[in-house]
Amino acid sequence: MILSVSEPAIAVSGLHKSYGNFEAVRGIDFEVQRGEVFGLLGPNGAGKTTTVEILEGYRERSAGEVSVLGFDPGRRPRELRARVGIVLQSTGLYRHIRVREALSHFGSMYPHPRDVDEVIALTGLEGKEDATARTLSGGQRRRLDLALALIGDPELVFLDEPTTGFDPAARRTAWETIRSLRDLGKTVLLTTHYLDEAQAIADRVAIIKDGRIAIEGAPGDLGSNAGAARYRVAYRNGTGREVEQQTDDPTTLLHELTGAALARGERLDGLTVTRPTLEDVYLELTAEQAEEAAAPLDDEHELGGRHRPRGR
Amino acid sequence: MTEAVALAWRQYRLERRLFWRNPSAAFFNFLLPLLFLAFFGAAFSSDPKELRIIVPGIASMAVMSTTFTALAFNMTFLREQGVLKRIRGTPMPGISYLLGVAGNAVTNTALQIVIITVAGRVFFGTGWPREWVELVVFVIIGVVCFASLGVAFSHAIPNFDSAPAYVNAVFLPVIAVSGVFFDTAHSPAFMKGIAEALPLYHLIAGLSGAMVTGASLSKNLSDLGVIAVWAIFGILLAVRGFSWEQRRA
Repeated sequence: MILSVSEPAIAVSGLHKSYGNFEAVRGIDFEVQRGEVFGLLGPNGAGKTTTVEILEGYRERSAGEVSVLGFDPGRRPRELRARVGIVLQSTGLYRHIRVREALSHFGSMYPHPRDVDEVIALTGLEGKEDATARTLSGGQRRRLDLALALIGDPELVFLDEPTTGFDPAARRTAWETIRSLRDLGKTVLLTTHYLDEAQAIADRVAIIKDGRIAIEGAPGDLGSNAGAARYRVAYRNGTGREVEQQTDDPTTLLHELTGAALARGERLDGLTVTRPTLEDVYLELTAEQAEEAAAPLDDEHELGGRHRPRGR
Repeated sequence: MTEAVALAWRQYRLERRLFWRNPSAAFFNFLLPLLFLAFFGAAFSSDPKELRIIVPGIASMAVMSTTFTALAFNMTFLREQGVLKRIRGTPMPGISYLLGVAGNAVTNTALQIVIITVAGRVFFGTGWPREWVELVVFVIIGVVCFASLGVAFSHAIPNFDSAPAYVNAVFLPVIAVSGVFFDTAHSPAFMKGIAEALPLYHLIAGLSGAMVTGASLSKNLSDLGVIAVWAIFGILLAVRGFSWEQRRA
């Protein structure tokens, strides 16, 4: 049906999730269109991973409607799992499994797996085909995570902090891989701590704070639409001193400044107008939360009442 | 259905490959029962009656260690490492995965039983098993029982670091009280009572009949019954408490 093409890959409305008395997710709504790279940003404990794990079918929601590729992930239909690839925040693998062996084994679980060599090349694991998982570096292991998520040729890929622990070059490569997924028409839901990452690869982002979406939009637009973060207008005044003013309404401010300068017959040397960046918006929105850093739940994992050791 | 079986088979083959890829672990896995057999065999070599107890005793211990101990360890490790969670995110049916993992443990059981039987015949002159059917029946029910109890017990282990303490706290007292190394006929009554309530004692009785005394399956039906009750209990607990993810540590 033609309708199904325009149907969003992910639709979430009124999503709530409580752990005991603690409400980790307090009413989240968003949609991810097919072919879109959507970024979920937010501080630790904001509810990002909880939200993503509900969409992945790992957690049951307390309330709300969720649809992933037209399925309810809470029912864990097998067909959905065959069409989705998942990179979890931290998962291990058999220590003695080889890279190629892992990919061909996991590939056999899917109806239409991708070619193993192709995925190895795509994720930059060439030369490591016969290495066992335990001998891989942290970054290589993370690339193997990505490769395992892609081996089933999924329509939708969940990436929970996919580049944590990468060196800058490896991050660029991972971004290229993610962009190439979009070029193939795949949908990507990404959580990340790195604002430059969201800015570089996400078509749209949502910033989650205290279990709610604080703001949502294209990374480039967020700055201009953000209520909280403000434009910065900087110039040197008549005495040569640097002046910086912040405003919600740069048009009016510039008009006043330039009008006044012209009336005095002066110039505004070094005049710049800077749109708030995603980072400004993010810091502004999450500032109060940072001040409440004494809150006990500073690690998102603990929200689930779980503990996962890293490494080993 | 056939696909689920095919996937279980693939998982089983992977588990076997990975088992042998860690050769030292594999070696000690098989060496341990042989070492026990050698030490106790040497100690009791003057008394063939004792040997007739030690061979089925060690065989029963091997059933427990390859299933209960191995699965309690593995499940705790795989859960803590997030391997189970990763598998859960794939289209592989959970039952295929668990069958593959359990099949791996059962293969080790079978190999150990063969090694112990051959060693008993070659080095201690205990002879070939007298009741083959009984041997197979008791090994199968023992495997089902201890494998499910191992998976169930892994739910109680908070993290992998504590797994050896938890597992040994069960394994060592059970093999001690159940008469792996001695004839429980000489045990004090309260110890015998404890042993009779546990499945290992009855597995030893069954294997003893099959491998040494020739007491037939029909004579050991009550032993089979006790193991079966434990198996049902183990399966219920293994399924009900099963978690694909690490809980609070």
